[in-house]
Amino acid sequence: MTAPALSVESLSYGYGRGAFALQDVSLAVEAGSFTALLGPNGAGKTTLFALITRLFESTSGTIRIGGVDLRAEPTRALARMGVVFQQPTLDLDLTVRQNLLYFAALHGLPRRTAQARALEALERMGMAERIDETVRRLNGGHRRRVELARALLHEPALLVLDEPTVGLDVPARRAIVEHVHDLCRERGIAVLWATHLIDEIGPDDRVVVIHRGRIRAAGPVGDVNRDAGAETLTDSFNRLIAKEAA
Amino acid sequence: MTMTAAHYARALGGIVGREVLRFVHQRERFLSALVRPLLWLFVFAAGFRAALGIAITPPYETYITYEVYIAPGLVGMIQLFNGMQSSLSMVYDREMGSMRMLLVSPLPRWFLLTAKLLAGTAVSILQVYAFLAIAWVYGVQAPPLGYVTVLPALVVSGLMLGALGMLLSSAIRQLENFAGVMNFVIFPTFFLSTALYPLWKMQEAGELLYAICAVNPFSQAVELIRHALYMKLNAPALGWTVLALVVFLGGAIYGYNPARGFLARRGAGAE
Repeated sequence: MTAPALSVESLSYGYGRGAFALQDVSLAVEAGSFTALLGPNGAGKTTLFALITRLFESTSGTIRIGGVDLRAEPTRALARMGVVFQQPTLDLDLTVRQNLLYFAALHGLPRRTAQARALEALERMGMAERIDETVRRLNGGHRRRVELARALLHEPALLVLDEPTVGLDVPARRAIVEHVHDLCRERGIAVLWATHLIDEIGPDDRVVVIHRGRIRAAGPVGDVNRDAGAETLTDSFNRLIAKEAA
Repeated sequence: MTMTAAHYARALGGIVGREVLRFVHQRERFLSALVRPLLWLFVFAAGFRAALGIAITPPYETYITYEVYIAPGLVGMIQLFNGMQSSLSMVYDREMGSMRMLLVSPLPRWFLLTAKLLAGTAVSILQVYAFLAIAWVYGVQAPPLGYVTVLPALVVSGLMLGALGMLLSSAIRQLENFAGVMNFVIFPTFFLSTALYPLWKMQEAGELLYAICAVNPFSQAVELIRHALYMKLNAPALGWTVLALVVFLGGAIYGYNPARGFLARRGAGAE
């Protein structure tokens, strides 16, 4: 059996004394699976995300990317991962091409390969003709598409996205959600998608419900609904959250 | 992807190239970086020329005007502001997003931070040469070969001042604190140095001031630049500047250590 694209085991993290932002979190994302990390604001999604991308490090628990321990071999693990952050990270004054080539250089791609993949990735997003425009001239949805194209340049096996649709209008949101689902299906990429919006999750997806730093439910959407005794994911989610409050 | 020398070289080229491209696009930043030292040269130094005579002091071999004395100090000022400005933009969160992007790339963190410093230094050197060119036209001229020999000195001093900025950016959490940096870092660093007056002048003013000026790493950087501009190597100044670079860079790498969670505390505000 091959190792999952992402596995998190017994991960805990606290910002200060006392309160835990994450407590004993475990989850796995398999190749070709779209896994939504669903939780209200402040549930710990961004903290978990920052630990997975090694912006910071926890001393308890392990994170493995394709079987590679992130703490022991950070560079090898990070090379297999594509990231889309919640806040925009493109250079507004540079062109789309310059932004993509900068990222490709960080991943050590030869220039010719980088050029070819940048064009290919943009074509897939319907953005190829914008390649020499400065990012400042693109709207929010198009900027997000560029960030998605960028995250795929080094052909990662795992793609992690932290609330990637924040600030987008409905059509742009839908386009990004559909596109990432396609990536899972067609290219077998494993996706971890953090969100607090239930309508971004499809019936065939997997879902991990997180609340107050703990995992409350995990599995295919159907199973989570069955276990919660609910018809829809919205109802399941509300019950799982309410249980805590009671 | 395996990490090879080619990977490191490409990443370094990408990081420096990005910084230079950004700089080219930000003309206001370039202009303000030039206007500040030029004001000092055209107004302050011109006014002080009458009041302040500079006796022969190394590396100069003749009497010099105050403008000639102050020019290397203003070169240091350009690099000091450049170093602080990059830390300001990180505190401002303008750069925080791209900093995250940088830190998740598959290279050791010390390398990424050092490459970022080199990139900032490259930009500061472009600013310095633009300033020196205008100063030349104005009549403040060093020996032609000095403009070549000053380059390695500029690399060392630029890295040291950039590392200071990076260290500060890892320690300062809020923009409000940056006014404090201006007051308590930039101004004292500049005024308590050999940028504006030679060390022996300071000694006349007081032993304490003299001692502070002498140990100020910025003084060392300015003296390194001053001597290099006249094709002389000031070995002690080089040694102290390199030592300060090692200490500041070490501190910055520690500050950005993921286990220390500096970015974590920044991120905590977002969620």
